Amino acid sequence: MATLELSLNEDVAVTPVRRVRRLGPLFWAAVTWTVFILAAAAFAGVLPLPSPTDMDMLERRMPMSGLHWLGTDGLGRDELARLIHGARISLTVGLCAPVIGVTIGGALGMLAGYFRGRFESLVVGSMDVLLAFPPLILALAVTAYLGQSLFNLTCILGVLGIPAFMRVARAATLTLARREFVIAAEALGATHARILLRELLPNVFLPLLAFFLLGVAVTIVVEGALSFLGLGVPPPISSWGSMIGEGRESLEVAPRLAFIPAITMFLTVLSFNLVGDTLRALTDPRQGAL
Amino acid sequence: MTEPALLSVEDVSVDLPTPRGNLRAVDHVDLTIGAGRTLGIVGESGCGKTMLSRAILQLLPKKAKLSGRVRFDGQDLVGLNAERLRKLRGRSLAVVFQDPMTSLNPVLTIGTQLIETLQEHLELDGLAAKKRSVELLAAVGIPAPEQRLTQYPHQLSGGMRQRVAIAIALSCEPKLLIADEPTTALDVTIQAQILDLLAREQRRRHMAMIIITHDLGVVAGRTDEVAVMYAGRVVERAPTPALFKKMHMPYTQALLAAIPKIDAAPHTPLPAISGRPPDPTRPVQGCSFSPRCRYAGAQCYREKPLLTAAESSAHQYACFHPIQLAGGVIA
Amino acid sequence: MMQHYPQSPTRDPLLKVEDLVVEYPVGGKTIHAVSGVSLEVARGETLGLVGESGCGKSTLGRAVLQLRRPVSGRVLFDGQDLTGMQGDSLRKMRQRVQLIFQDPIASLNPRRRIGDIIAEPLVIAGVKDPKKRQELVHEVLSAVGLDPSLVIGRLPHEFSGGQCQRICIARALVLNPEFIICDEPVSALDVSIRAQILNLLEDMKTRFGLTLLFIAHDLAVVKAVSDRVAVMYLGRLCEVGPSEQLFARPAHPYTALLIEAIPVPDPDVRPAESVAVGEPPSPMSPPSGCRFRTRCPRADQRCSDEVPELRAMAPDQFAACHHPLIPAA
Repeated sequence: MATLELSLNEDVAVTPVRRVRRLGPLFWAAVTWTVFILAAAAFAGVLPLPSPTDMDMLERRMPMSGLHWLGTDGLGRDELARLIHGARISLTVGLCAPVIGVTIGGALGMLAGYFRGRFESLVVGSMDVLLAFPPLILALAVTAYLGQSLFNLTCILGVLGIPAFMRVARAATLTLARREFVIAAEALGATHARILLRELLPNVFLPLLAFFLLGVAVTIVVEGALSFLGLGVPPPISSWGSMIGEGRESLEVAPRLAFIPAITMFLTVLSFNLVGDTLRALTDPRQGAL
Repeated sequence: MTEPALLSVEDVSVDLPTPRGNLRAVDHVDLTIGAGRTLGIVGESGCGKTMLSRAILQLLPKKAKLSGRVRFDGQDLVGLNAERLRKLRGRSLAVVFQDPMTSLNPVLTIGTQLIETLQEHLELDGLAAKKRSVELLAAVGIPAPEQRLTQYPHQLSGGMRQRVAIAIALSCEPKLLIADEPTTALDVTIQAQILDLLAREQRRRHMAMIIITHDLGVVAGRTDEVAVMYAGRVVERAPTPALFKKMHMPYTQALLAAIPKIDAAPHTPLPAISGRPPDPTRPVQGCSFSPRCRYAGAQCYREKPLLTAAESSAHQYACFHPIQLAGGVIA
Repeated sequence: MMQHYPQSPTRDPLLKVEDLVVEYPVGGKTIHAVSGVSLEVARGETLGLVGESGCGKSTLGRAVLQLRRPVSGRVLFDGQDLTGMQGDSLRKMRQRVQLIFQDPIASLNPRRRIGDIIAEPLVIAGVKDPKKRQELVHEVLSAVGLDPSLVIGRLPHEFSGGQCQRICIARALVLNPEFIICDEPVSALDVSIRAQILNLLEDMKTRFGLTLLFIAHDLAVVKAVSDRVAVMYLGRLCEVGPSEQLFARPAHPYTALLIEAIPVPDPDVRPAESVAVGEPPSPMSPPSGCRFRTRCPRADQRCSDEVPELRAMAPDQFAACHHPLIPAA
């Protein structure tokens, strides 16, 4: 007579472990800032702000006042409005470029890690070639050739991010593809597509997401650097980077013109990193018991 | 026991804080072992046997809380300062772990690891240490020992690596060797060789040995005394022949019955123990084995049985309904 | 070199492996995992396949399912050659032959719920009705002794090894297969849980009318569930025969070695100084002739020159040895 685990009922009821990791105040602060900045950027159009392009030459470099909360810049434009509209640009590029990277790079990486062989060598090889180009120079060359625009900038930064995402996806897929549950799916008669989508993707998704958030942070900084050099978004569109660039001239008179966008960028990047890291740590499934 | 015990574990308990609550890994354990004797500690995963060995070696994780005393060769190891503990470990007190791939440093050659230990504890110079290393490798049955000195662990098979680990453990002539599941990761023919090796070295050096295992077969022919652990406690302890002749605690008996025997006919249903070992973070009131025990009575659910002596004082068990008193032959 | 298998069970074999060779490249060298193995498994029987690590038994199991393509040889399941099959026809065949693995927790996708995992084979097989799927999932979970309502919505990491193995068995049974290959199903489990799972497998076999290929390195475990046992060493079969007979009177020295090396839980049985000599050679460069000769106390020149063939030693018992322990029939 087989001994069946009929007494399992109490065992299983006791087992589930919801590991509630204490989300510290730092995490919540990061979330708050991220939500705030995203909301501000999204609703920039409807907020009661003066236009960021309105120049008032009589009010140049005015300190913070009731009329202009963060003062005005070298051309008399409202700093707060510029900051929030700048957020739009920085965040748009910052979010869209990595999306290109994660979809194309993630797909390539998963396919390379799953199918191996010559396909993998081809993918890895071409990514290596792409990585070998100095990224900033490549970005400059493309914008010089195709012209400066938000769209071009987003695309080039997106493409530059593909090798890194490919690496992450491939590494995750390599470790998983040898695991028994994937072989089990194959033994059940699952097609490759099914295995990739139902078995591998849910497991590769999280490392990719964590890396994506990191990618957002990095892209914001890179875009900022390019705009600082005057090679990013073309004027009159301004992002945080170009604001810092312009603020450079007023460093002695009105240092806040450079520092405020810099601090805002810093806080945003830091917040994305914190949220990404915590999310990744939280959703790691615990394998087995204690 | 005419001579004083070499190792005396007195009322040792180990608590580990975990996110799910306090984990009592070891619960008031007493053990002794004399020089030259072999003690087998048997139990399944989660019974606390590995934590116990770490407690003896004072190698517990930082967060763990240890209470009780561990007397080795006259000294109490608990609270001993780090420097003196370091001198003891490797020298008088040695360990062989289960997985030699992780217990040997993968980036150092075999020679380096052996020589390092010798130089550290015996203060031999380089040449003497090298000579001694070759002798040790030969003694543990490794062919071509000189060549092995320059090899890395991954170049050796599992059985070879375990022999190297044993050589390192024995290098300083320890008084006590703790072997924590030394053969679990090895094939059965290699297992036999490694156990023979340990027994041989033990006899030659008059060394005390603790073999920790989940396999009753391993302890049967090779130990003087056996302690069976369940849920952090010792539930039965006896000289080996006495234990196998008459098991008192139902868990021990059930454990033995659950092992497929080579001389049983195929398709004989195995008397399995229902349920699973308890979750150490949720201690059971009363005897830990009671939810799975067929003889459990009201008292078993209420109180924890303490170790009491059977006919001979050497044989102890923790049970309110030990088998011979339960009457009848167990199927 | 054909290891011919002259005997034929009275019932026609459900699985027939003919001279299977599986090799794979590692670095610059080749691992000869399986070198010409032939065996048969009759309907309704359990064939145990035993051997130590590196002998190729797991590779053989996977090669049968074509998860690893053999270099040569054939695998006939119910008369159909699996080695030539591809794509859809192979996938359909796979639904009749299932696999259970050694590590139960790693065999389950950590991000999917148990209910989905067990329903997966049904989805792949084309069972469209979700109610029907639910019903089958419930049925099979109850059959393996788990309460479906408590198990379906949970994730694998919430369960113990033994429970996960039950879930894996349930997944293997849900399509009502004819043949199950068990690859070390209890090695990773505790002693007391092992017995439960072995009993469960026996139970399921009777209830569902299964044929099993039971692969393990533990002889006592293999003997407990098998009708016949095949012993492998370094890619070749050493001996095949009915369980009781094989263990009572082994013909091949390696079988005898394995039996003698098992630790017996009886203090009166003093373990003899083991006659096992040395370590198994590497599958990258197996010895010529009989592969066991480097560790065999009976080996001589003939063993090095000539590969021994499976010959009948006793009724239904075959061994590949030039100097068997019992004289050839």
